Amino acid sequence: MTPLLSVHGLTKRYGAHLGCGDVSFDLFPGEVLGIVGESGSGKSTLLNCLAGHLPPDAGQVIFDTRADGQRDVLTMSEPERRMLGRTDWAFVHQHARDGLRMGVSAGGNVGERLMAVGARNYGDIRDSAIDWLGRVEISETRVDDRPTTFSGGMQQRLQIARNLVTGPRLVFMDEPTGGLDVSVQARLLDLLRGLVRDMGLSAIVVTHDLAVVRLLAHRLMVMKDGHVVEHGLTDQVLDDPQHAYTQLLVSSVLQV
Amino acid sequence: MAMIEIDNVSKSFTLHNQGGATIEVMRGASLSVAAGECVALVGASGSGKSTVMRMIYGNYLAASGRIVVGGLDVARAAPREILSLRRDTLGYVSQFLRVVPRVPTLDVVAEPLRAVGVPEDEARDRSAAMLARLNVPETLWHLSPTTFSGGEQQRVNIARGFIHAYPALLLDEPTASLDGGNREVVLSLIEEAKARGAAIVGIFHDETARARVCDREIDVTGFSPQAAA
Repeated sequence: MTPLLSVHGLTKRYGAHLGCGDVSFDLFPGEVLGIVGESGSGKSTLLNCLAGHLPPDAGQVIFDTRADGQRDVLTMSEPERRMLGRTDWAFVHQHARDGLRMGVSAGGNVGERLMAVGARNYGDIRDSAIDWLGRVEISETRVDDRPTTFSGGMQQRLQIARNLVTGPRLVFMDEPTGGLDVSVQARLLDLLRGLVRDMGLSAIVVTHDLAVVRLLAHRLMVMKDGHVVEHGLTDQVLDDPQHAYTQLLVSSVLQV
Repeated sequence: MAMIEIDNVSKSFTLHNQGGATIEVMRGASLSVAAGECVALVGASGSGKSTVMRMIYGNYLAASGRIVVGGLDVARAAPREILSLRRDTLGYVSQFLRVVPRVPTLDVVAEPLRAVGVPEDEARDRSAAMLARLNVPETLWHLSPTTFSGGEQQRVNIARGFIHAYPALLLDEPTASLDGGNREVVLSLIEEAKARGAAIVGIFHDETARARVCDREIDVTGFSPQAAA
């Protein structure tokens, strides 16, 4: 089976400081990879390099494109990469405001991404938007309201709908449940798990919440000081951690 | 041919944050379970019964040796191979229920079927039938099991473990904290699984249950480094 994403030797430096160093992994269709580590460990740098938001200093990010098979995203032209960002890729920001257009209605937020890939029929776009709002449990009656009138959890679900409406194959998520109430987090986790299973999505999820990765991620990568110190099956890494840092991380979680 | 085969497996834990102490817990462990056979792991508390189960499931890494389940060496397999083994071949009824809060019991139990591609309606129907058989009251089916009593949670775990016809099963105390009627249901589920050819490894403190469903006992005390030395 061809990996959907194949990363080799990805390195990013900020002057003398290492953002992330020599990161390599494969991600297969339908897999969710969790990346954990404390603040400053390089997990967000890695995510942003993968998603094309930051230029890395070295390495390859090879994506299995629908049209041309495996291509190095880093050597693609800017328009090609932008097209990928609108079609097969999606990015869910920690703060929904960064991923939404706050001055546009909820329906408009979802419809806009469809229009960006060529949808023109207003009725179809509106139907798709309402269908997706329903899937993320936002009532049809809110379709014309702006996201500024939504709660934080609703904004996050709207951001997910906007990202998934074009049927992407790879979703990058930066602390998708961070800053949400625990009850809202659970609802979002359930939603994400269902979408991964039903749409065959692959996802890379950066978080510092070990409970979230246990329930959401199939595999787990642990980062410290820019390096991946441990990588494996999520429950194995959490229950039988091999690296000193992972052991510290796991033993530091407060029990409820 | 054996469905589950452990060959010369060793295991140690290195506690990096407690002076780097290395604790060797297992050496030279070997066992073999054929299709249709149920093997009980026995030994005092702390002798390593759960460790053996976790290693077969790929939850604990082996330091050396082979752990072959349905043809896959779990000790060397890639994570995605272990995931697909767990989805199709190897079930695990643990003593702990770990689920996303808020998800109704009916869906929690249907999940293993959905994962192997059974359509939603059929998966729900089979889930309902399994919950009914295990006497989980219908009033609870639409609630999340996170608030259930210990015995109810255990029956939800059992329902999840038996809803798909896994060719290999790991059972950690499946009859603990169950009353007589439910214990009987679980024992018949185990007998049915054996009859369809499942290879089972279990921990049963309940001696009469063990005598009824298990074909052999393996004392894991023999897997300790002291015994091997």
